[in-house]
Amino acid sequence: MAIMGLYSRRKRRNVIVLTLSLCATFIGLGWLALILGALMFEALRGFSFQVFTEMTPPPGANGGLLNPIVGSLIMTVLGVAVGTPIGILAGTYMAEYGRYAHVTKYVRFINDILLSAPSIVIGLFIYEVVVAPMGHFSGFAGGLALAVLVIPVVVRTTEDMLLLVPKELREASTALGAPRARMIWKVSYRAARAGIITGILLAIARVSGETAPLLFTALNNQFFSTDLNKPMANLPYVIFQFALSPYADWQRLAWVGALIITFAVLALSIVARALTAPRKQS
Amino acid sequence: MSIASTESRAPHLPNIAVSHAPSGATRLDEKVSVRNLNFYYGDNRALKNINVPLYAGLVTAFIGPSGCGKSTLLRILNRIYDLYPNQRAEGEVLLDGKNILVGKQDLNLLRARVGMVFQKPTPFPMSIYENIAFGIRLYESLPKSELDDRVESALRRGALWDEVKDKLGNNGLSLSGGQQQRLCIARTVAVKPEVILLDEPCSALDPISTAKIEELIDELSADYTIAIVTHNMQQAARVSNYTAFMYLGEMIEFDTTDKIFTTPRDTRTQDYITGRFG
Repeated sequence: MAIMGLYSRRKRRNVIVLTLSLCATFIGLGWLALILGALMFEALRGFSFQVFTEMTPPPGANGGLLNPIVGSLIMTVLGVAVGTPIGILAGTYMAEYGRYAHVTKYVRFINDILLSAPSIVIGLFIYEVVVAPMGHFSGFAGGLALAVLVIPVVVRTTEDMLLLVPKELREASTALGAPRARMIWKVSYRAARAGIITGILLAIARVSGETAPLLFTALNNQFFSTDLNKPMANLPYVIFQFALSPYADWQRLAWVGALIITFAVLALSIVARALTAPRKQS
Repeated sequence: MSIASTESRAPHLPNIAVSHAPSGATRLDEKVSVRNLNFYYGDNRALKNINVPLYAGLVTAFIGPSGCGKSTLLRILNRIYDLYPNQRAEGEVLLDGKNILVGKQDLNLLRARVGMVFQKPTPFPMSIYENIAFGIRLYESLPKSELDDRVESALRRGALWDEVKDKLGNNGLSLSGGQQQRLCIARTVAVKPEVILLDEPCSALDPISTAKIEELIDELSADYTIAIVTHNMQQAARVSNYTAFMYLGEMIEFDTTDKIFTTPRDTRTQDYITGRFG
C-alpha cells in the first residue's frame, strides 16, 4: 500500500510538471506565431513588387525598398568577405596549430567576450577608428562593423567543428607522411566542412538584422548608391526610421522590410539546418 | 624502395615458425633496431629500456596485457607521438642503421618509409579512390591513367579491389568496418613504405574480416617488414615469425613465435599466454 501511495504521488507530480512544461512551450511558440502572424498580416497588405524596383519614397509618395535592400546586401557581403577568412584562419590556428598553446586559451576567452559584446559597442568602435578619421559615414565603415561581428561567430564555430574531427583522422593522415597544412586542408576541413559553412551562414543571419552597428557607420541614404565611400541605405535602419515615422505608407514599408529580413534569415537557417543534418551514406 | 634487396637478404619463409633455426643462429638483417629505449608521457615513464629488433621481411608480433606499452612502442617507430606535447623518447631507434630519434629528421619522409594502420579504421571523408590517391599524391604527381593504375594495384594489394571496383566514387565511410580497415591498409601500401606498423588492426572487426586481414598480412610480409600489436594470441601465433612479450613497460621476452608459444623462458610470458593474467 505504501508503494501504491508513492507510485501515485510520482504519477501526480509527473502530470503537473508535464502540464507546466507544455504550457511554457506553448507560451513561447504562441508569441513567435503572433509575431510572425502580425508581420505577415501587416506586411502583405503593403506588399507589391514595387518594393524591389523603387527607391525609398518621401512621405506620401509611392516607392519601394530597392536602395536599402541593395545596401544591406553590399554591406553584408563586405562584412562576410572580410570577417570569414580572418575567422576561419584564427579558428584553424586554435584547433590545429595552437591547440596546446597558452595563447589559444587567451584568444578563446577574448573571442567569447567579443561574441557577446553589445553590437552598439562595435558600432561606436568603428565610428571612432574609421568614421571619425574619414570625416563621414560610409558603406565601407558599415561593412567593417559587420565584419567585426562576423569574426567571433566564425572563429568559434570553426574551432568547435575542427575540434570535433577525430584525432585518429589526423594521426592517419600524418602517418602517411602528409605535412600538417595538407592534412588540415584535405582532411580536417573536409571532415568539418558542413559545420564551418553552417557557422558562416549563422554569422550572416546574425549580422543581416543588426541595426545598432550601422547607426554609427553607414547611417542611411535616401538615394540609390553602391559607393562604399558614401553613406549607404540598409534595411534595419530604414525599418527603424520608417516605423517611428507618423506616415502610414512609411510604416507599411517598414513592415515589408521586416518581412524581407525575416524570410532571408529563415531561408539561411533552413539551409544551415539542411547542411548539418546527418547525411545518408550512399 | 628496397623490395628487391629485402627479398635477397631474407627470403619469405611461410612456415618459419616451425622451420627456422634457433634464434641468434640465423643471419637476419635488422630493419629496425630499438636500443635502450625509454618513453615518457610527461613524467610518467611508459617504456623502460626496451631492446628489440624488427627483422627485415618478417612479421614481428607484440603481445602483452593492456597498458604494457605495445602501442606506445609502435607509435615511436614512425614518431607519430610528435603530434602531442609532453611526450618524449630517449634512446635509439635505428632504421637501416640510422637513429630516427635525433638530428634533423624529415618526419614526413620517415613516415613515408614507415607506414601505420590504426586500431579503428580511419577512412578519410572522401571517395574510396581519393582515399588511396591521397597518399600517392603526397609523393608523386602522376597522370590520371597512371594514378588509376596505382590506385587499382593498391586496392588489389589490400584485397579490396573486387568488392569496390564498381563504386570507387563512393565515400570511404560507406564501406563496412572490415572493408574500411583493408582500405586503410591499401592506402598505407600505396605509399610504398618499407616497414608497416599495425596497431591492433583487427580488434574492431568480425572474425571473417579478421581472417581476410590476416591473410593479407601473410601476403604483404613477402615484401615488407611488419610489426603488429595484438591482444589476440592466436593471431600472433598465426601471422608472426617473431613475438615480443611486454609487461608493465618492459620487454620481458623476445624470440621466435614458435618458442614463445611452446617453451617460453619467463614465467610471466607463460602465465600470459596460458591466460593466467591479462
